[in-house]
Amino acid sequence: MAQRIEEERSGRKQAPVIEPGHTFGSVTDQISSIVLNRPTSTGWFIGFGFFFMLTMMLLYALGYLFLKGTGIWGVNIPVGWGFAIVNFVWWIGIGHAGTLISAILLLLRQSWRNSINRFAEAMTLFAVASAGIFPLIHTGRPWLAYWLFPYPNTMRVWPQFRSPLVWDVFAVSTYFTISLLFWFIGLIPDLATLRDRSENRLAKIIYGILAMGWRGSARHWHRYETSYLLLAGLATPLVLSVHTVVSFDFAVSIVPGWHTTIFPPYFVAGAIYSGFAMVLMLAIPIRKIYNLEDFITERHLENSAKVMLATGLIVAYGYVMEAFLGWYGGSKYDAFLLWNRLHGPYAFFYIMLWVCNIIVPQVLWIRKIRTTPAALFLISGVVLVGMWLERFIIVVVSLQRDFLTSSFGMYYPTRWDWMTYIGTIGMFLAAMFLFVRILPMISIFEMRTLLPEAEVKE
Amino acid sequence: MSQLPIYGMMAEFDTPQRLMDAAHHTSAAGYRKIDAYSPFPIEGLAEAIGFESNAVPLVVLIAGIVGGVTGYVMQYWMAVVSYPLNISGKPYHSWPSFIIVTFEMVILFAGVAAVLGMLALNGLPMPYHPVFNVPRFAFASKDRFFLIVFASDPKYDASSTRNFLETLDPRAVMEVPS
Repeated sequence: MAQRIEEERSGRKQAPVIEPGHTFGSVTDQISSIVLNRPTSTGWFIGFGFFFMLTMMLLYALGYLFLKGTGIWGVNIPVGWGFAIVNFVWWIGIGHAGTLISAILLLLRQSWRNSINRFAEAMTLFAVASAGIFPLIHTGRPWLAYWLFPYPNTMRVWPQFRSPLVWDVFAVSTYFTISLLFWFIGLIPDLATLRDRSENRLAKIIYGILAMGWRGSARHWHRYETSYLLLAGLATPLVLSVHTVVSFDFAVSIVPGWHTTIFPPYFVAGAIYSGFAMVLMLAIPIRKIYNLEDFITERHLENSAKVMLATGLIVAYGYVMEAFLGWYGGSKYDAFLLWNRLHGPYAFFYIMLWVCNIIVPQVLWIRKIRTTPAALFLISGVVLVGMWLERFIIVVVSLQRDFLTSSFGMYYPTRWDWMTYIGTIGMFLAAMFLFVRILPMISIFEMRTLLPEAEVKE
Repeated sequence: MSQLPIYGMMAEFDTPQRLMDAAHHTSAAGYRKIDAYSPFPIEGLAEAIGFESNAVPLVVLIAGIVGGVTGYVMQYWMAVVSYPLNISGKPYHSWPSFIIVTFEMVILFAGVAAVLGMLALNGLPMPYHPVFNVPRFAFASKDRFFLIVFASDPKYDASSTRNFLETLDPRAVMEVPS
């Protein structure tokens, strides 16, 4: 319905959300057989094995860190926030697209979301899990990380609730919990499908336990839909609040380049920007490898590209405003920050940030590019690099030269920084490999509701 | 409840439309204890089988309020009563700083309640249910639609209920052992 109106308005035919010719049975068979019948390919083992090795590298880097302390990293005074915070913000941002797709687009009745929401939510979970590692290890004594939570203790002290870092603990842990619940509740009916269709006894028992006896009763569906909608309504302000709180970690301080009111909206837009880039980087190979072009159609790719274009322009506005206020604001420290970004030791990265995040993605205005998977894949990669550079510029360049010339310094990441960062990418992708192998990566029951036969008159 | 040897009479349908029509007819015929099963949510089906009380929103509202109050009172007590600290001259009760954690607690409590409340009201997890005794019920999670009249319905009678369900154009009518 919504699609038809949109087509009439724009005057051109859009690719469908689901290719014609499918039935309830064929949708169910095609998606569930990826998990149940398809033999595990050699490619899967090679991919999983490689990323699992990177995960082991992460564990090695963390083990050495716990042994030696944060001195093995490149952090120093004045740059006390190095890779750990850069990567934390980058990962958390990537997670945001999953919640945007699953919650906000649900509330906006964008039915095209139904085929990409499941793996976007999985992406959120694994991205937030990767993000969560960094502040934990950044504390220096991670075995005492529970001190961040208010718990009754013999020292008779409590967390200091005026600090944005404590807000962050609440925001990120709530975000992870709600994302996990949202993902799991969406999985329940599909787990029931897998339980009823799997022939392997062990798989049947495991899916059966996870499906909790779901039988698709009309009463259950009714409560289920209410609950799902309410969760979406709760997750929507939550996802906007999470990156806002992350930006407060910076904005509440007085460091030049951090102390600015534009941070919350610009961080949220940047988060969604990088998140959609990651969704595309995952969706494009997955739909190819698992022959899911019927369900993840050109329309999904094009719409995601449009979201990237829109949020990218908000990010561009943020960059322009930052630069403008540095020049116009009258604070000599802010003016120096701008000069330092353009001419300082990290100027190359600042220029690359503009190239990656603002200039290159403008090709998305061209429809041909938005519908070419290979081009989208490349652009998404460029955006992910750009968004990482953005956080690097914000964290490192601001701290590196702030108020006093005598305390200027430099930051060079060590191999342990790189191993930890690349290790989390490995962990994230290894988890994605496991996910596509053991759970339906597209929501089967929501795909059924998209079929024309699902329409019922009372 | 006494254990009935028969749980109910079940009819299987091909399309959601047939199930919806059958649900309306069964209600109209005076059956009250009925249920319908489908592989995806169908709008209006719950109303057709006479389901009205959906307590999920109330549960979520209460949990959200409890979460918010808990969050704020916790911060107030910790920052003002139990462990007052002077942080850059701000008042102990610096309420704007407490808003964010309060908000997160509202979302956390309400979200957890939305899931646990839905599961509890639906009686899940449920390790055993008689409808699964019908082998064809495995298709209820794929592409078939089922309607059941429970044996506890006052109007239930093995032969007349079966005859009635046969008139609704089902693929098959089956007795469900409990």
